[in-house]
Amino acid sequence: MALENSGVPTVAVHTHVFARLVKSVAQANGMPTTRQAFVLQPIVGKTAAELRAYIEGDDPVTNRPFMQEIIEGLTQHLTDADLKGVSFDRSTPRLLEADTEENLQELFMDNHWTDYLPIVLPTEERVEQMLTGTSHGHDEIVGRLRPTYFRELWEYTVEKVAVNAVMAGARPEYFPVILALAASGVTARSSSTTSWSTIAVVNGPIRNEIGMNSGIGALGPYNHANATIGRAYGLLSQNLQGGSVPGDTYMGSLGNNYNYTATFAENEERSPWEPFHVQHGFEATDNTVTSFFGGWYTQAGFGPRDTWQEKFRHCLAACEPFSGPILVLDPLVARGFVERGFATKQKLIAWCAENACLSAREYWDNQWTQTLHRPHAVAGIEPYASRLKAAPDEIIQFFEPDQIHVVVAGGETQGAWKMINGMLQGGIKGMKRGEGIISIDEWR
Amino acid sequence: MTKYTVHDPRGYPPEVTGKRLAPRLESLDGKILYLVDCLFDNSEVFMEQLRRWFAEQLPAVTTRIIKPRESWVDDPDMRKRIAADGDAAILGVGL
Repeated sequence: MALENSGVPTVAVHTHVFARLVKSVAQANGMPTTRQAFVLQPIVGKTAAELRAYIEGDDPVTNRPFMQEIIEGLTQHLTDADLKGVSFDRSTPRLLEADTEENLQELFMDNHWTDYLPIVLPTEERVEQMLTGTSHGHDEIVGRLRPTYFRELWEYTVEKVAVNAVMAGARPEYFPVILALAASGVTARSSSTTSWSTIAVVNGPIRNEIGMNSGIGALGPYNHANATIGRAYGLLSQNLQGGSVPGDTYMGSLGNNYNYTATFAENEERSPWEPFHVQHGFEATDNTVTSFFGGWYTQAGFGPRDTWQEKFRHCLAACEPFSGPILVLDPLVARGFVERGFATKQKLIAWCAENACLSAREYWDNQWTQTLHRPHAVAGIEPYASRLKAAPDEIIQFFEPDQIHVVVAGGETQGAWKMINGMLQGGIKGMKRGEGIISIDEWR
Repeated sequence: MTKYTVHDPRGYPPEVTGKRLAPRLESLDGKILYLVDCLFDNSEVFMEQLRRWFAEQLPAVTTRIIKPRESWVDDPDMRKRIAADGDAAILGVGL
C-alpha cells in the first residue's frame, strides 16, 4: 500500500489462507480495493515446477486465472471506490446496551471478546472496584497493541484495562501487575502463524503481597493471582488490540495452550541465585513483570544428573534457532547446578550458549532462519554471514547468551526443569533498566 | 429478569482515512515491472518463476527482481528505487 501511495500500481500476492486477513488489513488502511492475487498455500517446500503451476493455474480465491488477476490488477481502469478509498470511524462505546446476564455472556462470546470460558461481566461497579487498585487516572492512556507488526496499533486507557481485568476474574490488588503487562507493548495474542504465546514472570515483594504461587504447581492452575493475571493479559491483548479471531486477526496454525494463562512468579526465596530482575539492574525490593514472547516449544527433564550435559545439548539443539529458551528450574535443580560450579545464572547461560550447536545444514533448513536470518547473512551481517559461509556439516553455535534466560520456580517435590521458548521483548512505557522488564511499582 | 449495564471491552482503533490507488497502466508493454521478493522462505523461487513467465509470455515487459533489506521491515530505500524507475510492482509471497 505504501507503493500505491507513491504512485506505483501494485498487486500483492498471498497464499489463499490469508484472504480474509489481507482484505481486513487493506480495509483498516483505508484502501479496501487494494489489488491482491492468491495462490495455494503452502509456498514453503514446493519445487520450482510446482510454483510455476500455481502461476499458470487459477487464483483459488476468485477461481479466475492467476496471471489474469495480476495483469488486470496493474492495468484495469480504476473505479470510483479505488479513487477515494474508504474513511470511517471505528470508535467503540464505553458502555453496552443493558441486557440480562445470559444474553451478555452470549454477546461477549459471539463477538470473540472471551477465551470461551465464562467471564465475569464488567459491570460499572466491578470496574470501579478494579480501578481502586491503582492511583492512575481512569482516562490515562496505558499503551498501544496490535496482533502483528503490519496491523494498525490500537490504544487503550486504564479503565479499558480494568474492564478486561474484571472479565478475567482478577482482584484490584493484582491490577498494577496487569497494567504493567498492558503497558509492555507486547501482545499475548500474536496473530503469527507460529502460534506464539507470551509468558509473564513476576519478581519482587509484590509476589507475596498478592499471594502468587512460585512453589508447588507454580506453572499450573493452582493459584488465583497466577491464573487470573495471566488470563487478564490474554483477554486485554485480544480486546484492546482489535481482536484475535481465527482467519482474520489470528493465524496460528496449531494454537497454543499457554494462551489461556501463562503467568507465574520466580521462587526468589528458594533460589540460590539472584532474582531475574536483579540480574537486569533492578533492586530486590523493586517489583517487575517480564514479558517473554514465545511459548512455541517446551522441553523438559530432571536432574542435573551425570549426563546432564548431553541432555542439555540435545534439548538446546531441539530449540528453534531463531528464538531462544527460558530455563525454568526447580530450586533443587538450581542448587544442583551450584554444586557443579555454576555459581551464577550467567555461568549456566554461558555454558548453554556455547553448547547450543547444530550443523550448518540443519540450521539453515528452517523456514524462519531462511526468512529472518538469511537476509542478514547475505548482507554480510555477523554472526549470520559466517553461518552462511559454513560447510553443510560444519558445527555452528546459534544462540548468543542474551537469548537465553534462567528463572527459578517450583516446589522441590522433584528436580524438574523445562526449557520454554521465550524472547525478552521491549515495551513502550514504564520501562527501566532491562528491555522487556516492566516496573509494576509505576502502576500502583 | 435483571438487566445489567456493562463496559465495552474493546480498545480504541485509529481513525481510518481513505487513500486512493495509484493510476493504472494502459498496458505493461515497454514498462518496467518490479517483482518484490518479500524474503519468506522459498519466495525467491516463486518470484524467479514469475520472472520467467513474463519473459516467455510477455517479453515486452522488463522485469526486475528486488528484495527489501530484511524481512518484515519497511525498506524506504527499496520503495524509493521502485518509485523512481519502475512503472508497476508485484509483491510476494508468504508461507
